[in-house]
Amino acid sequence: MLAMFNLAFIALIEAEEHKGGLLDVNPGLIFWTVITFLILLFILKKVAWKPIIGALDERENFIKDSMQRAEAAKNEAERLLEENKANLARAEEDAQKVIAQGREFAEKLKAQILSESKTEAQKMIENASAEIKRKNVEAFESLKAEVAMIAVQAAEKILRENLDKEKQNNLVNKFIDELPKN
Amino acid sequence: MVTYIQADTVKAVQDTISQAAAKGGNTDSGWILHHILDANYLDFEPFGKIPLPQIHLFGLDLSITRHVVFMWLALVLLVVIFASVAKSYKKSLVPKGFSNLMELLVVFVRDEIIRPTIGKGYEKFLPYLLTVFFFILIGNFIGLIPYSATFPSNISVTATLAAISFFVIQAGGIRKNGLFGYFKGLVPHGVPFWLLPVMFIVEILGLLTKPFALAIRLFANMTAGHIVILALLGLIFILKTPFVAPVSIAFALFIYLLEILVALIQAYIFTMLSSLFIGMAVHQEH
Repeated sequence: MLAMFNLAFIALIEAEEHKGGLLDVNPGLIFWTVITFLILLFILKKVAWKPIIGALDERENFIKDSMQRAEAAKNEAERLLEENKANLARAEEDAQKVIAQGREFAEKLKAQILSESKTEAQKMIENASAEIKRKNVEAFESLKAEVAMIAVQAAEKILRENLDKEKQNNLVNKFIDELPKN
Repeated sequence: MVTYIQADTVKAVQDTISQAAAKGGNTDSGWILHHILDANYLDFEPFGKIPLPQIHLFGLDLSITRHVVFMWLALVLLVVIFASVAKSYKKSLVPKGFSNLMELLVVFVRDEIIRPTIGKGYEKFLPYLLTVFFFILIGNFIGLIPYSATFPSNISVTATLAAISFFVIQAGGIRKNGLFGYFKGLVPHGVPFWLLPVMFIVEILGLLTKPFALAIRLFANMTAGHIVILALLGLIFILKTPFVAPVSIAFALFIYLLEILVALIQAYIFTMLSSLFIGMAVHQEH
């Protein structure tokens, strides 16, 4: 077993000796690696890294700016909203005040008009009743005159027909009784 | 043969190996390493191999190896992908579809890794750290495709990346604090005077161990997963029975899915630690 192991190990070393070992350093390869890497570094720096990193930075700045602008716009919008709300509240208050004032004024006006119209009506009623009284008296006076006139005419007629004193008296009394009381 | 090994001398062992090799013994585990190590060809077994050019300059072997090819593939893919992503930002700042996914990763690396660890002045290190993150990430993912190779599992590659990280860390620290200020800042406050030389050496060692750990971590993690997958599949051939295949394949599949996670995690860790060390070097006040 040990022998087998030794054999395998030595074989590995032997094989390396023939073909160049894992740890052999090859100067030619070092040379080509340096050349290749430096060329790659040079080309990529010119062709790739500068534009790519530039574009990345540009985009990052753009995003940062956009976010800042958005933040500012948001703040501005919030400020405006607050202002609008305040304005709206103030306007509402004003409107309420105006409405209240209007109502008060209307109330006052109503009361005034009502009391004025009441006194007016009172006055009109008084006037009307005075007038009615006056007219009543007047009508009564004219009626009295008329009745007297009719009575005189009737007396005249009766006198002409029959001059009986007692009959006349009765007639006159009767006539007066038949008249309306007022 | 057994008595031969138990003699337990180097000579004996070497002889055993050569004997075993001569017998075509099945103890050869080279086929696993064959899949992991770098090579001078692209392997498309069983369809054949594509040889790669070998270049030798100034006494150095500068051959285009398998890992170099996939490193270049990663380079091309990354440039194409991120050029198109960058272009999509010209149309609109809001990305769609694939660009969105890439943006997610870029933003993740920037906001979750780099910004918290480095803090102020992180922008200067952004290109380097993003590049290293995506380079390792795409390297790890390419390594999961059949017939490809994982270059972040090569110690040379990870050591080089760690060394570059090391330079970036030191350069960042020196640039911010000045050469003298930086090395003075390495030693914590309140250390007795006579201890300063020792502390200085310890701190310098500390600086070096950081990239070393980075290199070893990435290399070991990316290598281990592949070895485990290959070993699980190798069980079928070692045990020489098809009945073990369902178990092997199920486990290998599980490890493969785990590897997808590991690919992300290792890219993340390498970038995160590099970033953390940069942050420590730049802002020395403990």
